[in-house]
Amino acid sequence: MSKPDKPRRPAPLLPPDHARDRPLFAVAAILVFLASLAGFGAAGAWQAAEGWTAQLSSELTVQLIAEDARDADADAVEAAAQIARLPGVVSAAARSRADAEALLRPWLGGAGLPDDLPVPRLIAVRVDPDAPPAQGAIEALLRDNPYEVVVDDHARWEAAVQRTAGAVRYFALGLVAILALAAAAVIAFAARASLAARWDVAEALHLVGAPDRYVTGIFQRRFFFLGLKAGLAGAGLAALAGYGLAQGAGAAGAVFFLPIPALGWSAAAIAPGAALASALIAAGAARLAVTGELKARWP
Amino acid sequence: MTLNPRPAPDLMHDRDAAVRFDSVGLRYGRGPDILSDLSFDLPSGSFHFLTGPSGAGKSSLLRLIYRARQPSRGLISLFGRDTALMPRDALPGLRRRIGVVFQDFRLLEHLSVFDNVALPLRVAGQPRASYADDVADLLAWVGLGERMHAHPASLSGGEQQRAAIARAVITKPDLLIADEPTGNVDPAMARRLLRLFVELNRLGATVLIATHDITLVRALDAPVLELADGRLVSRPRAA
Repeated sequence: MSKPDKPRRPAPLLPPDHARDRPLFAVAAILVFLASLAGFGAAGAWQAAEGWTAQLSSELTVQLIAEDARDADADAVEAAAQIARLPGVVSAAARSRADAEALLRPWLGGAGLPDDLPVPRLIAVRVDPDAPPAQGAIEALLRDNPYEVVVDDHARWEAAVQRTAGAVRYFALGLVAILALAAAAVIAFAARASLAARWDVAEALHLVGAPDRYVTGIFQRRFFFLGLKAGLAGAGLAALAGYGLAQGAGAAGAVFFLPIPALGWSAAAIAPGAALASALIAAGAARLAVTGELKARWP
Repeated sequence: MTLNPRPAPDLMHDRDAAVRFDSVGLRYGRGPDILSDLSFDLPSGSFHFLTGPSGAGKSSLLRLIYRARQPSRGLISLFGRDTALMPRDALPGLRRRIGVVFQDFRLLEHLSVFDNVALPLRVAGQPRASYADDVADLLAWVGLGERMHAHPASLSGGEQQRAAIARAVITKPDLLIADEPTGNVDPAMARRLLRLFVELNRLGATVLIATHDITLVRALDAPVLELADGRLVSRPRAA
C-alpha cells in the first residue's frame, strides 16, 4: 500500500470567519468612507482657505470719486497707470462706469442709472502678496490729483475669511479624528469577539509553547488585512463620491465659495492613506485587545 | 511483551527533579481547596502514574505542572526553576519542553490531523520540510497514517486521542504529562500507546500519566502517586 501524500502547505492557523468578518468589514468600510470624506472636506477647506486668503491679500480696490465736471473714466485710466508703476503692484485696471453699474445692478435693478448720478469708478489692483506696496502709498501717490480716492485692502474680509476657513479646517480634522477613534473602538471590540470565538486556537498555540507575540501576530495580521480591505473599499467609494461632489460643486459655480473636496495630489494621498491607516488601526487595536486578553487569562 | 520504564535513579537531589511540588495548595477564588499540601518530586527520567477517583484533583495537578494555573500556596519547580519566579517571556520555552495530552484532546478543528500534530514544530519555527517525514512516520505509528488529511471532527474518539498523543510527543519533550491518554482506545491500542510513552521515557523523558485504568497501571512497574480529595495518599518519594 502506498504511503499517503504529506500535505504540501500548512492550513492557516486562524481560518477566515466570514460570518463574523462581514459585518466588521461593512462597519469599518463605512467608517473609512466617512473619515475619507471628512478628510477630503478638510483638504478642500484648507485649499479653499488658502485660495481665499491668497486672493484677498493680493488684491486691492481703489474707489475714485471724481468731481461732476470731470471725465471720471479718463481719471480712472490715468490713476490706474500711475498705480501700476508703484513698487509691489503687479497690475492695475480701471473699470468703466458700465462695469460699476453692472456691479450695482443686483441692488438697483437693470433699469439703468440716471446719467447725472455720480458713480465711483473702481480700479482693480493686483499686488505682490509677498512684497505689497507700503501702507498709504496709493493714497500718497494720488493725493494731489483733483479727485478723491478710497483704498480698500480687504483686511476686514481677510480676517473673517481666515477665521471661517480655520474653523472649517479644524472641524473637518476633528471629525476625522473622531471617526478614527470610533473605527479603533469597533475593531478592538471585534478583535476581542474574534479572540473569544477562536480561543481554542490561542489556547492550543499557547500550550504548545507559542510566545504571546506569536499568538497576537496571527490576530494582528488577520485584522490588518481585514482593515486594509475595508479601508480600500471605503476610501475608494469616498474618492468616487468626492469626485462627484467636486464635479457638482464646480458645475454649480460654487467652486470659489465652498470647501469642496480637493482632488489634487492631496486627495490622491488621502484615499490610500485612509486605507493604510484603517489597516494599522485595525492591527493595533487587535494587538492591544489580544495582548490584554492573553495576560488576563494567563497571568 | 513486558513493558518496563527506565529505572529511576537511586538518589535524587532536588535540583535533579524535573518536577518538584513543595507544600502546594490550590483553590479557585474563595472556594474550597482543590489540592492541599502536595509535596513530591518527579525525578528527571522517571515514569509515574497519577491515580485517584474522579474529582480527586488529578487534572488540576496537571494544570499546575504545565502552568495553566498558579498555585494558591507552596512552591512548584520545573527543571530546577521556581515557576512563580519565571518571567512571562520564559514560559514558552518551558512549555516547549513539556508535552501534554489533554483529556479533551484540544485538537484544532480547522486543521488536518497532520497540521495538528505538526503544530508544536510549526510554532517553534521549524521549516515544514524538516519535520514532514517525522510527522508522517509518527502518524503511521499511532495508526493514523491513512487519516493524516482528515479533520478531527471526522475522527472517532480513539483516533482523536491518538492524534493528541502524537502532538504531545512529536517534539520528544523532556516532560510528558497525559490526562487519561487511553480512555477512548481499545486495549490493544492502549498497550501500543503505553509502549510509546515507555520509549520516550527510555530516551530520557520524564513521564506522568493520570489514569483511572488500573490495568494500565498494573502493566508497568512504575511508581504511583495516588490522590484523594486533593491530597496525596501515597507517594513513592518524599520531597
